[in-house]
Amino acid sequence: MGWFSKKNAGVSTQEDIENKSWLSFQKLKKGLEKTRTKITSRFKDLLSFRRKIDEDILEELETILLESDMGVGPATKIIQDVRDAWKSKEIEDTSNIYDFLKDKLKQELKAWDVSLITAPVPPTVIMVAGVNGSGKTTSIAKLADFFIKQGKKVMLSASDTFRAAAVEQLDIWSKRIGADIVKHQTGADPAAVTFDALEASLSRGIDVLIVDTAGRLHTNDNLMNELSKIKRVISKKIENAPHEVLMVLDATTGQNAVSQAKLFNRAVNITGIFLSKLDGTAKGGIILGMRNEIDIPVKFIGIGESAEDIQEFDADNFVDALFD
Amino acid sequence: MFESITGSLETIFNKLRGRGRLTDENIKDGMREVRVALLEADTNYKVVKDFIQRVTERAVGEEVVRSVTPGQQIVKIVQDEMEHLMGPVDSKIPFIDGGATIIMLVGLQGSGKTTTSGKLANMIMSKGRKPMLVAADVQRPAAIEQLRILGKQLNIPVYSEKGLNPVKICKGAVKFAKAENRDVVIFDTAGRLHVDEELMLELKEIKGKIKPTQIFFVCDAMTGQDAVNSAKEFDTQLDFDGVILTKLDGDARGGAALSIKAVTGKPIKFVGVGEKLDKLEEFHPDRMASKILGMGDVVSLVEKAQEVIDVEEAEKLEKKLRNDSLTLDDFLNQLQQVKRMGPLKDIIGMIPGMGKKMEGMDINENQLKKVEAIIRSMTLEERMRPEAIEGSRRHRIANGSGTKAQDVSQLQKQFKQMKKMFRQFSGKDGKYLPTDGMPAYDMNIHRKLRSKRKKIKKNKKRR
Ligand SMILES: Nc1nc2c(ncn2[C@@H]2O[C@H](COP(=O)(O)OP(=O)(O)OP(=O)(O)O)[C@@H](O)[C@H]2O)c(=O)[nH]1
Ligand SMILES: Nc1nc2c(ncn2[C@@H]2O[C@H](COP(=O)(O)OP(=O)(O)OP(=O)(O)O)[C@@H](O)[C@H]2O)c(=O)[nH]1
Ligand SMILES: [Mg+2]
Ligand SMILES: [Mg+2]
Repeated sequence: MGWFSKKNAGVSTQEDIENKSWLSFQKLKKGLEKTRTKITSRFKDLLSFRRKIDEDILEELETILLESDMGVGPATKIIQDVRDAWKSKEIEDTSNIYDFLKDKLKQELKAWDVSLITAPVPPTVIMVAGVNGSGKTTSIAKLADFFIKQGKKVMLSASDTFRAAAVEQLDIWSKRIGADIVKHQTGADPAAVTFDALEASLSRGIDVLIVDTAGRLHTNDNLMNELSKIKRVISKKIENAPHEVLMVLDATTGQNAVSQAKLFNRAVNITGIFLSKLDGTAKGGIILGMRNEIDIPVKFIGIGESAEDIQEFDADNFVDALFD
Repeated sequence: MFESITGSLETIFNKLRGRGRLTDENIKDGMREVRVALLEADTNYKVVKDFIQRVTERAVGEEVVRSVTPGQQIVKIVQDEMEHLMGPVDSKIPFIDGGATIIMLVGLQGSGKTTTSGKLANMIMSKGRKPMLVAADVQRPAAIEQLRILGKQLNIPVYSEKGLNPVKICKGAVKFAKAENRDVVIFDTAGRLHVDEELMLELKEIKGKIKPTQIFFVCDAMTGQDAVNSAKEFDTQLDFDGVILTKLDGDARGGAALSIKAVTGKPIKFVGVGEKLDKLEEFHPDRMASKILGMGDVVSLVEKAQEVIDVEEAEKLEKKLRNDSLTLDDFLNQLQQVKRMGPLKDIIGMIPGMGKKMEGMDINENQLKKVEAIIRSMTLEERMRPEAIEGSRRHRIANGSGTKAQDVSQLQKQFKQMKKMFRQFSGKDGKYLPTDGMPAYDMNIHRKLRSKRKKIKKNKKRR
C-alpha cells in the first residue's frame, strides 16, 4: 500500500484530497484546454454528430491517434479493434467510438499499479533518472514537496555533479520547499555524494531520500554505467533500496521514449515513469503507445514549473484529458 | 513496431529486388514503408502525407535506371527529396561589422538554450569575434549561475541582473556590450510554453527592445508530433531566423527537423551533439536525411574513413577478403586504422543497419586492446597462419601479451569465423550481400562516396 492511496494519505483530510485532485484535474484540463489544438476539436467534430462509420472515418481517427504520438503500430492496432467492433456491430455510429476508445484505454491503463513502493523501515529511497532536460530536478522538488506536505522528512541528494549549476539548482529548490540536502562540489563523484546522502538520511531519521542524477542520453554507455553504479551504492547501503527508480519523461517526446525506457530500464530497472510537461500541447500519447514494447506504469505527472504542479497518475483523468 | 527504417527499407529492397521495374503498385508498397518509417522518426503526420505525395509524383514520372533496383531508386528519390526539403544549407550567422551582432535563443523548457548559448559563443570565438552572454532567464532556479559558469569556462563576460524583469535586463546588456566592446551578444531566455501568452508576449517585448540580428529556435531532437505546434507558434510570434536542433548525439531519428522546416520554412542552422561546449555542428541535410531514414550516417562514416584509411590499402584488403587470404597481420592493420577514426562505438553506430543492432551490444574497447596485444605477440608467420598455433606457441603468445591461453584460442576461433563470414558476404561484385537484414554494404564505399560527393556538389550548384 502506498502513502498515496487516498484513504490514509498523511495529514490531509479526505476532503482536502478530493478537493485537491479535483482542482488539479481542472488544472490539467485547463492546461489542455487553453492549448486545445485541432486534434481534440477535430476529434469532437468527428464524433459529435452521428455518422455511420466508414473507412474514411477510420482513417481520420488514425491521424488523430498519430498526432498524439501514440506511434504507427499501436494506432493501427486500435483502428483494427475499432474496425472489428464495428464489423461485429458492437459499435454502430461515430458517437460510440468515443466511449469505446476511452473505456478500452482506461481499462488498459488501470492495470497499472501506480502506488509508490515504500520501505517498511525508513528511509524510502527514490532514485530519479532520465535524459537531459526532461525535468528531473524540478520533478524531484515536486515529489519532495508532495511528501513534506504529508508530514514526511525529506532529503535530497545532489548527485548531478556534472551539469553547470545543477547542484545550485537543487539547493535552491531544497530551501524553497524545506527539504534537507546533501551536496558536494560540481565535478565530484556522484556515487560518493549518494553514499554520503544515504548515511546522512540514516543518521538524521529521514523518511524519504530522493536522489537527483545528471541528465544523460540512454545511448551513452559510460554514463549509463555510472548510473548503475549509483544504484549499486544505494542497494549496498540499504537493503531493497532504491525502492523506486523513476524515469522522468518529457511529455513532448516522440517515439524515442521507447528506446529511453528500454535502456534506462536495462541499466537501473525503472519502477515507474514521471511524465513531465503535460501542461503544454503535447498529450503524452507515447505512454499509451509504448506499452507493447515496455510496460512501465506512469506514477506521476508534472503540469507546470512550480513545486505544487504534480499529480498522481490517474488513468481516467489522463484518458479524458487526452480526448476531451 | 518501432523498428528503424533500415528494417523498413530493407523490406522495400527485398520486395522489389528482381522486379526491375517501377510500377504504380510497387511504388505504393514502398511508399507505405517510407510513410511508416517517417512517422516512426517522429515526422509530423501531415508533413509525411505531403511528402509521400510529392515523392510518389516524382517517382512515377521518373525513368527506371537500369543499374539499380527499384527499391534503391525509391530510396534515392526519398533521400533527395528530404535533403531538398531540409536544405538549402545555411549555417552562416550574418555578423554585423562595426556594430554588435545580437543573437537571441528561444524555445521550450529544457530544450538546451543555455547550453547552446555557451556553444554558440564558443563557435563564434573561434571565428575571431568577441562574444558575451546575457542571462535573460530569471525564472529557472540557478539559471543565471548556470550561464555564469559557462561564461567562466569560455572566459567571456556574462551580463546578469538579479530580480529584474528580463526586458529591462536586456536593455542594460546592450549598453554593457557597447561599453565593453563586445561585438556579439547572445541572449539566453527562459524556457516557456508556446501557449503561455504572457511569456510569449515578454519575448516579443525583448525582441522589440534589443532588435536581435538573429533569433534561433532551440528544439530537442527527441520531440514528437508536437514539434510543429511549438515551432509554428514561436515563429508566428517572433518570426525567428533559424533552428538549432539539440541532443542529436543519441538515437533520436529527428523527424522534427523535417517537420519544423516544413511548417516554418526556416533553415536548420546548427545541431547539438553533446553536452560539452564544443559539441555544436553545422547542419547537414544529407546526414539528417540518413538519420531520419535510419540509414546510418554514411557520409560522416565515409568522411572519417577517408581521413584515415589509405585507399590503396583498402583495395588490397578487399582483394584479400575476396580470395580468402586475409591474415591476422592484415587484421591488426585494419584495427589500427579503425582506431584512428575514433571510439569504435561511434563508428559502428554510423554504419547503415548497425544502429539498431548496437542497442544492447557492448563494444568493449578493452577487448580490442587485448586482441591487439595478442597479435603483437605473434611472429609474422603465426599471423599469416593463425590456425596453426598450438600448445606451447599459444602459451608463449599468452605470456607475451599478458593474456591467457584461452584468450589466444578464442581469437583464433573468432578469426576463423570472421573469415567464414566474409566468404559468405562477398558476392561476385564485391558487395556484402545482405544476410540477416543488413542493407547491401559496399566494400568500396569510400570510392563510391567520393563520386557521390562530387555529384552532391554538382547538385548543389544546380539548385
Ligand atoms: N511547463 C513545464 N515545465 C517543466 C515541467 N517540469 C520541468 N519543467 C521545466 O523544464 C526545464 C528543465 O527542468 P529540469 O528539472 O532542470 O530538468 P532536468 O531533467 O533536471 O535537466 P538536466 O539535469 O539538465 O538533465 C526547467 O525549465 C523546468 O522548469 C513541467 O511539468 N511543466
Ligand atoms: N546530450 C546532449 N545534451 C544536451 C545537448 N544540449 C543541451 N544538453 C543538455 O540538456 C539539458 C538542458 O539544457 P539547458 O541548456 O539547461 O536547457 P534550457 O533550454 O536552457 O533549459 P531551461 O532554461 O530550463 O528552459 C542539460 O543537461 C544540457 O547539458 C546536446 O546537444 N546533447
Ligand atoms: Mg537536473
Ligand atoms: Mg536555460
